[in-house]
Amino acid sequence: MTVTHEAHPGHRQSFLTRYIFSQDHKIIGLQYLFTSLFMAVVGGFLAMLIRMQLGFPTAKFYWAQWLFPGGFANNQIKPDFYLAVVTMHGTIMIFFVLTTALSGGFGNFLIPLQIGARDMAFPFMNMLSYWLYPPAIVVLLLSFFVSGGAPNAGWTSYPPLSALPNAAPGSGLGQTLWLISLAILIVAFLFGSLNYITTILQLRARGMSLLRMPLTIWGLLFTAILMLLSFPVLFAAAIMLLFDRLGGTSFFVPAGLVVGNTVIQHAGGSPLLWQHLFWFLGHPEVYVLILPPMGIVSEVLATHARKPIFGYPFMVGSMAAISFLSFVVWGHHMFVSGMHPLVGMAFMTTTLAIAIPSAVKTFNWLATLWRARIRFTTAMMFAIGFISLFVTGGLTGIFLGSPAIDIYVHDTYFVVAHFHFVMASAALFGIFAGTYHWFPKMFGRFMNERLGKWHFWLTFIGIYLTFFPMHFAGIAGMMRRIFSTGLYAHLQGLAWVNIFISLAAFMLGAAQLLFIWNLFASLVRGQRAPANPWGATTLEWQTSSPPPHGNFPGALPEVHRWPYDYSVPGAPEDFIPQTVPVTAVPAPVHGGSGEGPPGGKGQ
Amino acid sequence: MTGPASTLERPRRTPDLPIGPGGPSVATGDGGAAGQAPVGAALIAAWLLVAAITLLFAAFTATLLARRAEADWRGGPLPAVLWASTAVLLLSSGAMEWARAGGRRGRRDRLWAGLLLTLVLGVVFVGLQWTAWRQLVRIGVYMSTNPHSAFFYLLTGAHAVHVAGGLGWLAQALARTRRAASAAAAMAAVDPAAVYWHFLDVLWLYLFTILFAL
Ligand code: HEM
Ligand SMILES: [Cu+2]
Repeated sequence: MTVTHEAHPGHRQSFLTRYIFSQDHKIIGLQYLFTSLFMAVVGGFLAMLIRMQLGFPTAKFYWAQWLFPGGFANNQIKPDFYLAVVTMHGTIMIFFVLTTALSGGFGNFLIPLQIGARDMAFPFMNMLSYWLYPPAIVVLLLSFFVSGGAPNAGWTSYPPLSALPNAAPGSGLGQTLWLISLAILIVAFLFGSLNYITTILQLRARGMSLLRMPLTIWGLLFTAILMLLSFPVLFAAAIMLLFDRLGGTSFFVPAGLVVGNTVIQHAGGSPLLWQHLFWFLGHPEVYVLILPPMGIVSEVLATHARKPIFGYPFMVGSMAAISFLSFVVWGHHMFVSGMHPLVGMAFMTTTLAIAIPSAVKTFNWLATLWRARIRFTTAMMFAIGFISLFVTGGLTGIFLGSPAIDIYVHDTYFVVAHFHFVMASAALFGIFAGTYHWFPKMFGRFMNERLGKWHFWLTFIGIYLTFFPMHFAGIAGMMRRIFSTGLYAHLQGLAWVNIFISLAAFMLGAAQLLFIWNLFASLVRGQRAPANPWGATTLEWQTSSPPPHGNFPGALPEVHRWPYDYSVPGAPEDFIPQTVPVTAVPAPVHGGSGEGPPGGKGQ
Repeated sequence: MTGPASTLERPRRTPDLPIGPGGPSVATGDGGAAGQAPVGAALIAAWLLVAAITLLFAAFTATLLARRAEADWRGGPLPAVLWASTAVLLLSSGAMEWARAGGRRGRRDRLWAGLLLTLVLGVVFVGLQWTAWRQLVRIGVYMSTNPHSAFFYLLTGAHAVHVAGGLGWLAQALARTRRAASAAAAMAAVDPAAVYWHFLDVLWLYLFTILFAL
């Protein structure tokens, strides 16, 4: 396959090939990031609609009716439109914001820079990967405007609701568009992950052995492997579901269903099959959203704590273990599907096993912070916040992993709380930490630290106020996706909890405007940043900010050490870039007597 | 300890990666600077693609296995032309290997001819699959007729789409062979295409078996 990339810095590019149809991984990364930001605004707006309804079910929202005339009646949200909003919120946030920002955004921007390459292995494929994303967005959002409206079967799209076009209003064209949109996006992810894996395996700079790669690269590598192996399964399921909908087949539709007083024509399919296929993707997907933040956070912690990351090989090993285990736990989403108790036990065992590598990582992060000279930059605060959120969410995961508890709280707000801590909040903190940390590299300017700290505290507190009470609502029996607490007697006591949550959520949402303001204002008038403002060791900081086309002017860097040489005793500065040769003590190359003591010392 | 420690990196028991080209998993580090990815990149990508497509068909066939365990499962008619298409696809893999054997011995003309033959046989294969679908339609077997027919159209159709992609890949390898300076240089473009093409062959044998022989 030819690589059409032009590495000569003097090469002339038109505006169109430089910023729009760019094959430069840095531009593609930024395109992914900004498009994800746009989708985050859309998804966040939908979240506000959800909280409006749950907090104030009887209030009238005139502007909302004006905005969505089909979705509101008498200035109040219609139940089926509420479900559509929940569905679209989940779909957008998981697939169109977190996945695209982390893998597409940070993956693209960081991989070639951190491994010392000029670009991805297949820049043209990389460009295609990005340019499939906007069409997927258009198709998805189009569903708001078709007859029947947006899909309302949830982000998991369980059949038969998602399989029978007349099962519910959103089950019509909207659901078809949902499937097509996801199929397009999956192809984009496939191109991306093929590129990332090949690039990491093939294009590392001289001396960049696998165990000298920054942990961010490890996180992105495992993520790409997970995506490559799990998304095809959802793709297969989506195609079969499309055939059920359009081709009259019965892969997922059982016999004898009555819809609208008529018995449907399908026979013999099994909705459970969809659940298996969906969660075979679905669980690895949640790790697709947490492995890159784990890498980012490790890196940010080490840099701003001026200490080597504790237990580097264990960090890599635990990521490997998590990645492997994530393929064998999907059944924990299906404990109530009538599975054999022994199968449930098996899935419980594998699920709880994931807690071990997760705990290894957590303790290593804490050990990295232990007695460190921490610089409390905004990036650092988000990284530390990540640990808190990950622990809070991970602990409830352990509860959910045991069927005896899960059968009680499945599909309640307890689960909603769990995954909003661990996925929404923790992954989002990874994105924020990464943004504040690498913004100077991306644009040659700093983001405003003062605003950043406000953003951090409001977000951190806002998240706990919003999502922590959901645990109690869930244990008290509040189902997820329920349209109003007024519907059941046992939920009526929860009205005030939901008012509280909604107010907190509004604050949380408003705090994000600070971030958006900070981001765009810093683009134009942020303080100028030098090439290596944080005193960091990895390769991207050893080139200018922003890096030129081709990343490294002149020859490519050579790597002589691991990425975490912070506070090396006797060194002139408290960091030694990866490009600095090991001189004082010969590096343990080629066996010999190189088993010198300097190793383990700082750990 | 002698002198100041110059790195906190753990000394490794295995020798470190030599700095410089060569060595097993060594990064070439020229990141496309030469305008060309290192030879191995496309090959790795081909294997990764094979892995992804394997998972796609694993998902399809896992569904098939679950479905055929139901009481109402009946096998479907086997259009005889599928035997012919199977033979043609096997032949095309043979042609590919014949071409590559030539290429390894530096014979660019044979590489080119063999690839062309592979491509033609691939087109014939798709034509024969089309015939099979037409025959079934003529006797009234449609996608929605019964579970077996649904899986038949799904699996053969999905496979044919991948073969169509493979034809494009072969055409690209052919063009590269024409332009390449030597047969050895051309092989860099042919090898990844060969991995994919043989995979499609094996995949077809698997699908044929699971649809009709099980
Ligand atoms: C210690 C690790 C974890 C364990 C043991 C665990 C366990 C579970 C279990 C058992 C469920 C199913 C609950 C139910 O539906 O009744 C669940 C749901 C979920 N988990 Fe986790 N989890 C862990 C970590 C994570 C992480 C790291 C993420 C994402 C980054 C995550 C995201 C989710 C999501 C999105 C759901 C809900 C899916 C849905 O039904 O819509 N979990 N978790
Ligand atoms: Cu899970």
